[in-house]
Amino acid sequence: MSIHTLSVLVENKPGVLARIASLFSRRGYNIDSLAVGPTEHPGVSRMTIVVNVEDKPHEQVTKQLNKLIEVLKIVELEASTAIERELILVKVRADASTRSQVLETVTLFRAKVVDVAIDTVTIEATGDRGKLEAMLRVLEPYGIRELVQSGMVAIGRGGRSITDRSLRPVPAPPSAS
Amino acid sequence: MAEQLTGAQSLIRALEHAGVDTVFGIPGGAILPAYDPLFDSLQIRHILVRHEQGAGHAAEGYAAATGKVGVCMATSGPGATNLVTPIADAQMDSVPLVAVTGQVNSAAIGSDAFQEADIRGITMPITKHNYLVTDPSEIPAVIAEAFYVASTGRPGPVLVDIAKDALQAMTTFSYPTTVSRAGYRPPTKPHPKQIREAARLIVASRRPVLYVGGGVIRAQASAELRELAELTQIPVVTTLMARGAFPDSHPLHMGMPGMHGTVAAVGALQRSDLMIALGTRFDDRVTGKLATFAPDALVIHADIDPAEISKNRLADIPIVGDCRQVIRDLVVALAEEYGAGNRENRVAPWLATCAGWRGRYPLGYDTTPDSLAPQYVLERLGAIAGPDAIFASGVGQHQMWAAHFLGFEKPGKWLNSGGLGTMGYAVPAAMGAKVGQPDQVVWAVDGDGCFQMTNQELATCALNDIPIKVAVINNSSLGMVRQWQTLFYEGRYSNTDLHSTRIPDFVKLAEALGCVGLRCESAGEVDATIAKAMSINDAPVVVDFTVNPDAMVWPMVAAGTSNDAIQIARDLKPDFDEDEL
Repeated sequence: MSIHTLSVLVENKPGVLARIASLFSRRGYNIDSLAVGPTEHPGVSRMTIVVNVEDKPHEQVTKQLNKLIEVLKIVELEASTAIERELILVKVRADASTRSQVLETVTLFRAKVVDVAIDTVTIEATGDRGKLEAMLRVLEPYGIRELVQSGMVAIGRGGRSITDRSLRPVPAPPSAS
Repeated sequence: MAEQLTGAQSLIRALEHAGVDTVFGIPGGAILPAYDPLFDSLQIRHILVRHEQGAGHAAEGYAAATGKVGVCMATSGPGATNLVTPIADAQMDSVPLVAVTGQVNSAAIGSDAFQEADIRGITMPITKHNYLVTDPSEIPAVIAEAFYVASTGRPGPVLVDIAKDALQAMTTFSYPTTVSRAGYRPPTKPHPKQIREAARLIVASRRPVLYVGGGVIRAQASAELRELAELTQIPVVTTLMARGAFPDSHPLHMGMPGMHGTVAAVGALQRSDLMIALGTRFDDRVTGKLATFAPDALVIHADIDPAEISKNRLADIPIVGDCRQVIRDLVVALAEEYGAGNRENRVAPWLATCAGWRGRYPLGYDTTPDSLAPQYVLERLGAIAGPDAIFASGVGQHQMWAAHFLGFEKPGKWLNSGGLGTMGYAVPAAMGAKVGQPDQVVWAVDGDGCFQMTNQELATCALNDIPIKVAVINNSSLGMVRQWQTLFYEGRYSNTDLHSTRIPDFVKLAEALGCVGLRCESAGEVDATIAKAMSINDAPVVVDFTVNPDAMVWPMVAAGTSNDAIQIARDLKPDFDEDEL
């Protein structure tokens, strides 16, 4: 098994997320993480899908995704040549006796505090998986009250853009019947 | 100012622009607005079926017999869900199909309204693409795109679900002159480099085999295939979906491979050093246990759907493209190779070996004096109906016997449910084929189990002047399941006895449905009964052939085992090893 990060450009139409989720479910692939949002092109959304599959089924995932008409382009991003980020919001138990230690952790991980209550602080952090897991390990002894994480988003390094080409429709005669 | 019309009128006009001449369907609440302008259409013949499943299979049969897109129509909820089986069937067998369904009012969607079903969600995994239309102005463009998607690339079913209020609202009509979707680009020309590589492998091979699938039928590439086979003298096997793609009488033809394949076809694949797979998907019914399938073979795999290539068996030379173009290009590339002197007669001994298997292990069957052999019925039916007759088959023993014994010389004459294995396909598919090819003789070959699933469409045939003929191969049981019970469940016949020699009386049933009913119980009556059925052209005919329930389909490769373990009869294996390869 290996982790693959797919950037999938899709037409922003109703039902497209259901279609992609249905395909993963039908073919028996598990989605580790999913993030969806608009791109610089109106009408085009970008999904970042992290899957954990064998190599051969992985090729099938890509080919089957490519058959969906609303899928415009699929690019697999390698961790070494891409920037991968997740966002977490975590509510940590922190009273007067522990607050300064918690805040020190926040500083060390270049995270920030976005809310404070008498016995908790809420921390916002972004980073790759490794960094966020490390921070959560350090915070865990204080007591994690609530944790929410985004799916991973990723973008390739360098000047090239995956949205440059392949988005133009190709006209064809309406009926071949 | 553009002409104002209703969404329903726009739908019917769009279907006319798409070239539709026949729609199979049943009206109901949500689709009702569409049936009003349909009533006035001079171009479209609507055939009122008795069950939506029949509409779907009829559209499939129409498509398979004509090469055009088949169209079916149903209302929301149960009307739409009754289409699910034929849609799934069309997806598995790559049949171009457009299904139009009514949906409840857009404001009511999601409220569990009367006859509401999320048919777009339901059919997502079993369609090539599907649509939910709530804006009447989108109807012409969606219909144009639906036909384009269904008929291009790898053909398949497309569902268009239209909300009732969109059918009722006023709109303007404008049929698009082009269809363009950035995410849909059906492949066209195969890559020349891959073709050259493939040609080199073919020239270098000693035991090659052309493994031909239904894609060759869909691509209408039979003539090209014949040219390729005759140029190279490579033996040919045709899968269940490809029967007729290459003439059964041709000396290079080794028959059908797979679980019930001929010894020569299975042996040719197993012992090959090169499989040239054309428009086929290495289905488990062909490969048997995948790890032991054709273990020494390199694979050239050509398919229009890139996702099929290397899905089950790794391809050494993948070629993405339409089979007709692929084969044409291969012929040119091979002619160049041969022209450059790259031709030793390496293949001749191999062809002799394959032909030897075919001669030693021909298809055969047992006859007993006091019962009718089903294989004999099909052998005679094929001979008497001739090579131009169209046959639509159900699923089970009769399907395998039909595939083996009818004899196919031309493409587009064999319609069946291969991938999904849908019992009940035959009668409605034959109906659709007859509508599409009214001048051809169309036979449904059905089992008594299958026939009882969809025979109500005979009423549709009788009322609409669609004189199909039905051969019911009546062994009074769910025969294929019974065969497995004989072989793998110690003859414990749990729930496979249908008692159909007593109830129903198929002759009376046929008559009740407005057809001519005939019965045949002995070998001596077979020819005369078939001739009688062939002579009746003003009504559908049903022939109840009462056959031996103990007849079994041979050869057989038991599910999950290697093709090397093929048996020509119970516990009887062919001896491949007499031959030095």
